[in-house]
Amino acid sequence: MIDPKASADGNLGNKRIDLELIANMVESGSRVLDIGCGTGELLDLLVEQRHADGRGLELSQSGVNACVARGLPVVQGNADTDLSYYPDDGFDTVILSQTLQATQRPREVLHEMSRIGPRLIVSIPNFGHWRVRAHLALNGRMPETNALASSWYETANIHLCTLLDFTDLCDALGLKVEQCITLTNGKAKQSATRPGAWQNLTAEQAVFVLRRGAF
Amino acid sequence: MGNTDQTKDSEKNLQGIASVDLKNVGLRLDNGEVLDDVTLSYRTFGQLNKDKSNVVLICHALTLDQHAAGDNPLTGKPGWWSSLVGPGLPIDTDKFFVICQNVIGGCAGSTGPTSMKPDGSGVYGIDFPVLTIADMVRAQNLLLDHLDIPDLFCVIGGSMGGMQTLQWAAAHGDRVFSAIPIATAARHSSQNIAFHEVGRQAVLADPDFHAGAYHQHDARPRKGLAVARMAAHITYLSETALQRKFGRNLQDREAVTYGFEADFQIESYLRHQGMSFVERFDANSYLYITRAMDYFDIAADHGGSLAEAFKGTSTRFCVVSFSSDWLFPTSESVSLVRALNAAGANVSFVEIESDKGHDAFLLNEPEMYTTLNGFLRAAARDRGLS
Repeated sequence: MIDPKASADGNLGNKRIDLELIANMVESGSRVLDIGCGTGELLDLLVEQRHADGRGLELSQSGVNACVARGLPVVQGNADTDLSYYPDDGFDTVILSQTLQATQRPREVLHEMSRIGPRLIVSIPNFGHWRVRAHLALNGRMPETNALASSWYETANIHLCTLLDFTDLCDALGLKVEQCITLTNGKAKQSATRPGAWQNLTAEQAVFVLRRGAF
Repeated sequence: MGNTDQTKDSEKNLQGIASVDLKNVGLRLDNGEVLDDVTLSYRTFGQLNKDKSNVVLICHALTLDQHAAGDNPLTGKPGWWSSLVGPGLPIDTDKFFVICQNVIGGCAGSTGPTSMKPDGSGVYGIDFPVLTIADMVRAQNLLLDHLDIPDLFCVIGGSMGGMQTLQWAAAHGDRVFSAIPIATAARHSSQNIAFHEVGRQAVLADPDFHAGAYHQHDARPRKGLAVARMAAHITYLSETALQRKFGRNLQDREAVTYGFEADFQIESYLRHQGMSFVERFDANSYLYITRAMDYFDIAADHGGSLAEAFKGTSTRFCVVSFSSDWLFPTSESVSLVRALNAAGANVSFVEIESDKGHDAFLLNEPEMYTTLNGFLRAAARDRGLS
């Protein structure tokens, strides 16, 4: 789903620590769709460690080919246009890691995800992080940080938001925030229930577990 | 081509080149007719394991045959998929028991227009019943029954072989663990039917066709069939590949001759393709098999819904297309993949970057190699084969 540049945006050091976190949130043996699965790092964890019935959707052809070559069931497709072809409740958990901000229509993507499965795991970079705010406030330039490493003119991240912006959208879509784990300096921290002003200021990125409510 | 009798325990049936005459099998065809006796010519590679769980069925394309690997006994040339089928190759004959059967309607040994009629009144010719892809697959099911093989670890094929692969999954899914349709579609497009019609009309217009009874006149519609092949051959290549290979190069001459000789290399090449094809293929078979492809439309058999055809399938799929294939373009594979997703199927889909057109599936494409290798390795692991 994300181009190499964009996936680099989600890097903390060399390791996507959000992937380990997410893998541990998936129930063993469950049906999982990983949207924007890149070269299959997370999907491989899910299949090998969690024995999940994992499937992937990936925009870049090179990513897809790499996944299939390592034996992962992945198809080429676009989160913005191809989720509509998946059946209602085809999966137990639908994952979108570091990809929402790169989609054309994040709201529709989340809505489609919640149709495909009752449980969503979404990880996003936090545009409300103090360093981001300071960068813009003090330098008057678009922020470039660990979690957002590309220049404004070449980043694939076209729909950035803060953690609070994100939970607002979840509310609007009837998605219940069950869990929020914030990530800062490579360290994970469980937020009480959903992020507050403090987390919105201090977290570099966050992993959300969402559950579909009654529509 | 050694004929063996139909005793099931004959070791010979499971090895190498074989042909079996099945009597009174009552093969019911889509057109309503029944073929009681059918001959099925096939070839096997590797060894059947004890559980009979390692069988790979290779389905061949329009003008190919059962000689996917090894040497073709008629031409002496290596089999058409030698780069993929063999010890240590993606379709690993050290691991899998591979079967490739000449389709019915073909002309490489299986029952077809060149076969004798059951009443002994001569060859079928144009009296052979019109076939469908489903009929070909039914015949392959008969072969499996005869070989006492319960199910297939994998069905794989390109082009028309891909159609058979999809038909297997849609109609006999309980016998298919995994399916790899390559450079194919779930239906023959209008443009594809159009090209086939041009080819058939060329055959029909040849005075040597004799309404399909050319055998009785000691003749063959060579010119018509050659033209059909020339037209078809263009559809197998991409414009880029043609331009790269031939450009506007002249054939053994310094300047154009202001006549209708083969001035250009591409003309000479196509003429050669046409002329060599008629030596190895029967014109009636060409009519029948192209017709079977034209009639292919899986969705139509399921109320217009392709997803319905695969609903509840437990077969895992690996769909492969090639970027420069305009005969079976990637868009056809995308439609198929969307339908498979809607059906909740386990599906992988890879489009391979290649400028070689439809023919790419027969050529040495490293990325196809790694794709098949990865998919088959994972499938074999899940099937308990490795």
